[in-house]
Amino acid sequence: MTARIGVITFPGSLDDRDTHRAIRLAGAEPVALWHRDRDLQGVDATVLPGGFSYGDYLRAGAISRFSPVMESLVEAARDGLPVLGICNGFQVLTESHLLPGAMVRNDHLHFVCREQKLRVETAATAWTGDFTAGQEIHIPLKNMDGRYVADERTLDELEAEGRVVFRYLDGNPNGSLRDIAGITNEAGNVVGLMPHPEHAVEPLIGTAGTDGLGFFTSVLRTLSTVGKVSA
Amino acid sequence: MSLDTTKHAAGTPDTPLPWAELGLKEDEYGRIREILGRRPTGAELAMYSVMWSEHCSYKSSKVHLKQFGEKAPENTALLVGIGENAGVVDVGQGYAVTFKVESHNHPSYIEPYQGAATGVGGIVRDILAMGARPVAVMDPLRFGAADHPDTKRVLPGVVAGIGGYGNCLGLPNIGGEVVFDPCYQGNPLVNALCVGVMKHEDIHLAKASGTGNQVILYGARTGGDGIGGVSVLASETFDSTGPAKRPAVQVGDPFQEKLLIECTLELFAEGLVTGIQDLGGAGLSCATSELASAGSGGMRVELDRVPLRDSSLSPEEILMSESQERMCAVVEPAKVARFLEICEKWDVLATVIGEVTEGDRLEITWHGEQIVDVPPRTVAHEGPVYQRPYARPEWQDALQADDAARLPRPAGGEELREQVLKLVASPNQASKAWITDQYDRFVQGNTVLAQPEDSGMVRIDEETGLGVAVATDGNGRYAKLDPYTGAQLALAESYRNVAATGARPLAVTDCLNFGSPEDPGVMWQFAEACRGLADGCRELGTPVTGGNVSLYNQTGETAVHPTPVVGVLGVIDDVARRTPMAFAEPGQLVYLLGETREELGGSAWSQVVHGHLGGLPPAVDLDREKLLADILISGSRDGMIDAAHDLSDGGLVQAVTESCLKGGNGVRLVVPDGLDPFVLLFSESAGRAVVAVPRSEELRFTDMCGARGLPATRIGVVDGDAVEVQGQFSLPLAEVREAYEATIPALLA
Repeated sequence: MTARIGVITFPGSLDDRDTHRAIRLAGAEPVALWHRDRDLQGVDATVLPGGFSYGDYLRAGAISRFSPVMESLVEAARDGLPVLGICNGFQVLTESHLLPGAMVRNDHLHFVCREQKLRVETAATAWTGDFTAGQEIHIPLKNMDGRYVADERTLDELEAEGRVVFRYLDGNPNGSLRDIAGITNEAGNVVGLMPHPEHAVEPLIGTAGTDGLGFFTSVLRTLSTVGKVSA
Repeated sequence: MSLDTTKHAAGTPDTPLPWAELGLKEDEYGRIREILGRRPTGAELAMYSVMWSEHCSYKSSKVHLKQFGEKAPENTALLVGIGENAGVVDVGQGYAVTFKVESHNHPSYIEPYQGAATGVGGIVRDILAMGARPVAVMDPLRFGAADHPDTKRVLPGVVAGIGGYGNCLGLPNIGGEVVFDPCYQGNPLVNALCVGVMKHEDIHLAKASGTGNQVILYGARTGGDGIGGVSVLASETFDSTGPAKRPAVQVGDPFQEKLLIECTLELFAEGLVTGIQDLGGAGLSCATSELASAGSGGMRVELDRVPLRDSSLSPEEILMSESQERMCAVVEPAKVARFLEICEKWDVLATVIGEVTEGDRLEITWHGEQIVDVPPRTVAHEGPVYQRPYARPEWQDALQADDAARLPRPAGGEELREQVLKLVASPNQASKAWITDQYDRFVQGNTVLAQPEDSGMVRIDEETGLGVAVATDGNGRYAKLDPYTGAQLALAESYRNVAATGARPLAVTDCLNFGSPEDPGVMWQFAEACRGLADGCRELGTPVTGGNVSLYNQTGETAVHPTPVVGVLGVIDDVARRTPMAFAEPGQLVYLLGETREELGGSAWSQVVHGHLGGLPPAVDLDREKLLADILISGSRDGMIDAAHDLSDGGLVQAVTESCLKGGNGVRLVVPDGLDPFVLLFSESAGRAVVAVPRSEELRFTDMCGARGLPATRIGVVDGDAVEVQGQFSLPLAEVREAYEATIPALLA
């Protein structure tokens, strides 16, 4: 059977429909999850897409963590459900303490939208198995609050445990500490990153190239390996 | 103060009212008394004053705008024309596209962030009110001198406002313009365009019909922001001695607007909406009177039901408030419950405030007492019409006689090289990435082309690849030299830009930014520009579907350059065959299409090198534009051209440089026999484009151009890592890139 991948829609989500498309193009079935519902509908993995969840006037992701769907998701993630947080989704994951650290305003204080070069630092997560460590990929980046920060000890821990998943290349776009663009939890099932893989899945659209598809094919491979679904 | 009811007004005919302070002229006030057969109540006066302001009533411009309808070409693609919130065009496969450009000039000068942000919000609601999902925005912007200190206040605020609002809505920003000129110093032009897509059967109109149908106000609560904004801001010029007008600018909440969009689309999808109108300028006064005026019946509204942010607001203030993120719908009684349920799902506040009545009056009550009783058409559609006097300015002849041809020209290759670098680095010609990188161009996952491409292009059907392209252009310098030709040049450029990307131009929207209509010289510019645009649209077969007029763009006696901004919408049946601007393949041949004449009046060269504005703008040949467009579209469809870039301000050298930088390849140009290198590089003759042709397609392409009679001159080849003009100069790409990219960040970052 085809993998069913949930996409959580908060009222201010913007890239949810794009994420549905990316999942379809990777060969899986997208399942719409609504922020007010506790029920995850038995999905095999879940994506928290970009946007401004509840407007984010307080702090990006600060209110979303209290939504009914997040209660279920936090529990499922702790039980091993693959979860990918993109941009605002990454912010929600740190606010929910599924990932360490926090996201603050870009150091130059402007919204930035550009094609971004990244280095994949580890293929040992649920969402990066189809890449190789050291591989360079191009993924669009667009955010206002994209500067990743954490205390030195946390950063050292992340580095030592191989949990820095992506690093910015050719210029740090927002002042993120140690050029970090994405990280994972200890188990490797939860990944958060600021750039938008769902915008790099078709050759004609957005940025040139389809490097973003790798995220979604990776999780399908992960699921088939653990016997959740057939490849 | 006691409530000024209609009954009270009828009994107190001599009570003085502040009609002059609200911007009404004495004869206009007289007409209101005549219409009503008594003095208006305070609430009625508020409604009339705001709806009869220049901004809402188009009273000075109407007589000239009529031409857009009268001269409209036969066009079967037009589904909804001028007069609705936005025009609607058939783009095939059952899809319809609606698009419109509007101004938010004055608010953006006072409060750049909120002014620009709410400008985006307003145009997006216009598009939404037609039944469409908004799919893209664009922003044509004009500021004072790039190095003026106030530009550093206004521009970053405007850009952050557009980004802050648009990015939150999830609308890709795919194009627009940024132009600097001292004439916009005290009057920046902040125009905003939105494109929306729907199926034919989803078109909605702003009218109230069906006696007993309920009137529902939904979205944000009503507050004290923007009260009098319309009449005060759009109808007076800024005067440093006047009172502070800051509170008249509205404050935007993009999250609320995002909810409103999703909620409204769900309401449409379930067929719950009979008529709909967004609340923008003039707020409830406008929405209720326009809905009632366009519908078959009357309307009764209980104003005290309107949810308020500030409970101390008076009925007059509620009627005039321009609080953002509100919509007004007419709904059948049986569908109200479901309507409210969907609003609740999206956390959108919705309130039944009235109903459609028999008869033809708009009645508004306040806690049971009647405060408005008017024929709605007299408020919304039958406002005053002025035949303003107009006359060609005395200085026009001298300006045109001051020919740019007499300006000293570069002597030899070295000086040419210097001037090319200076041109490319000038604020108007330099890269605008610092600005456009603050806008999300990727969201929705359908963006095929975005700035700095010739037009923005989005896919609207994933199965078939159907897409639309939009470009906006305007050149105030050309229009100052000759407003008739200037308007046509703006149209021609926008049309050409759409065709350059491979799309077929279909329809036009315009934003006409001018000075005070009370100045006969400005009024002449306006009349000429309208005539030029209407004539041009007829010749090109692209009707004006809607737009906006912004007058009083002047400080003291000095008006901005007449600035008609023209947006052209085109359709492409498969976005896979779009033509980008980049010279991406070394070895491809560079062809110049069209004829290059010595045309330097109003050119970027004359501005950058000599600080000069005079002479005549380039000549317009619309038949040639049509032919060029046909060739560009055929070239795209049949795979004969791999890159195309329109030639406009900055001429050939600017276009070629941009295509090189985008593709990361150099070019070797050879000056054709009989052409002066300087004229080849800097002239701004219209009706031209450069294309990159694969060698294997050269014969087929030149045969096509020859057979159709379009001059096509091979001028070089994509090669190396420099912009080289043989026998003249060579500019390494790295050096050009530095010049092109460093200017704007250095001025503004």
